[in-house]
Amino acid sequence: MKLSLRRKAINAVMLALTGVCTALAVGLLFFILGYLFVQGGFSLNWNFFTKLPVPVGETGGGMANALVGSAKVLLLATCLGVPIGFLAGVYLAEYAGGAYASVIRFITDLLNGVPSIVIGIFVYTLLVVRTGFTTYAGGIALAIMMIPISLRSTEEFLRSVPTALREGAMALGATKSRTIATVVVPAAIRGLISGMMLNLARVAGETAPLLFTAFGNQFWSPGWAQPTATLPAMIYAYAVSPYPDWHRQAWAAGFVLLTLVLLVNITARSIVASGSSHKSR
Amino acid sequence: MSPDAINDVSKEAAVAPPNPAAAGDAPKLRSTGLNFYYGTFQALHGISLDVHANKVTAFIGPSGCGKSTFLRTLNRMNETIKGARAEGQILLDNENILEMEVSHLRRRVGMVFQRPNPFPKSIYDNIAYGPRINGMGKRGEMTERVERSLRRAALWEEVKDKLHKSAFELSGGQQQRLCIARALAVDPEVLLLDEPCSALDPIATAKIEELLFHIKTNCTVVIVTHNMQQAARIADNTGFFLMGKLMEFDTAEVIFKNPKVKATEDYITGRFG
Repeated sequence: MKLSLRRKAINAVMLALTGVCTALAVGLLFFILGYLFVQGGFSLNWNFFTKLPVPVGETGGGMANALVGSAKVLLLATCLGVPIGFLAGVYLAEYAGGAYASVIRFITDLLNGVPSIVIGIFVYTLLVVRTGFTTYAGGIALAIMMIPISLRSTEEFLRSVPTALREGAMALGATKSRTIATVVVPAAIRGLISGMMLNLARVAGETAPLLFTAFGNQFWSPGWAQPTATLPAMIYAYAVSPYPDWHRQAWAAGFVLLTLVLLVNITARSIVASGSSHKSR
Repeated sequence: MSPDAINDVSKEAAVAPPNPAAAGDAPKLRSTGLNFYYGTFQALHGISLDVHANKVTAFIGPSGCGKSTFLRTLNRMNETIKGARAEGQILLDNENILEMEVSHLRRRVGMVFQRPNPFPKSIYDNIAYGPRINGMGKRGEMTERVERSLRRAALWEEVKDKLHKSAFELSGGQQQRLCIARALAVDPEVLLLDEPCSALDPIATAKIEELLFHIKTNCTVVIVTHNMQQAARIADNTGFFLMGKLMEFDTAEVIFKNPKVKATEDYITGRFG
């Protein structure tokens, strides 16, 4: 009887403990989101999206240049990193075999584990010291971060395509590359697109590599060969400044960045979810 | 059954005539002394037989006997497996398929698999896939080719109003007939079927068996089946495989009513396998 009570008590405590920790983990997102909204949401207005930053002391102003700058850097990173990762992923999933494939996989995972600041220094040393801070250097740094993720997600989604589909195409006289292009990739396309979006959302908030490469800019960046403002770098610069006005702008930028990342995440997941009903037989 | 007994009957099988139809015409496919290996494992031992045009040739035998391996050698689908290797000769109209350009061979020798494997595309695009990749038929002709293929697979009436719907909306039996239509769309000379009905119910099975009778009028059919009743119903000629060897190959009539080899009789009467 006594023993049974003890066991019941332990059971209840364990249940409570795991439950509370789960609530904590899930609640954290809403806490961050709410906190950002409270701190930054009120200083968020239309000007934030349309105006340039203003000097200290002046009120108003926005981060339009950082929004455009982030978009440019991410666009370049996607155009460079995703195709390389995608094609290498195709090679890994469809052509590489056995020990060779596991070596590629291992190296890719190591690359994925390289701290982003190291990638920043790398691009800085090889490129920025010669050309100065540029938008494209930022794009290249983020592209390097996107390659391993793109590679592995491509591999994973291509591998999930049943062998029976490949055989079906090859039995009709399709070559291997034709089979991949016309059957395997189309069958996995939803997964591939959502993987790309998640990849984008992941690097969108990267700050360290951009501090060395795209640097920052209080004004519009006219092309690709000039430094540019980006949202994460702007948050960093504004948050460490001593001015309360700038702090509020940093909170607002953080809120906008998080919202965009969450939207991309949700869209990516809904693409996969809508595809699963199509896939099932 | 001891290994010796098997060797004995294989000798017996070797003297059996390799040309049961004895129609006098040249065979569509002729396999001579075919050995097949998965790495060091020998899966087929000296298979020699003739497949005749416009006939249904069935291969029966217990699981792992090599009948599917042999079938998949006829369009070289086995080549995708690492370490797989064929020795010997298979002639398709007097051309050795082991030396042929493989995509050209597979255009001429189509295949239908055990489980329906439609592409995640529309019904129309499934059928048009083969002709497109083989550069057959212009845009204007394609619709007609799709209809003709679906008719040959007895599926046209059921799908003619939803050609642009996903192939996954079809039932399992319809999907398998779609796969047959897809294979027929490139006008193959030989159609290989690897246990095409094993995932289907009896009604869907009956439909497929029936359409094979029509298909063989302008195509040579080779089918592997676990189901002896099915082989008896549809086959003109039947081969019995056991442990990688062709034990007996004759007309279905002989195989099922009056087998000459003891192992065949044992298998047919259900004494093993």
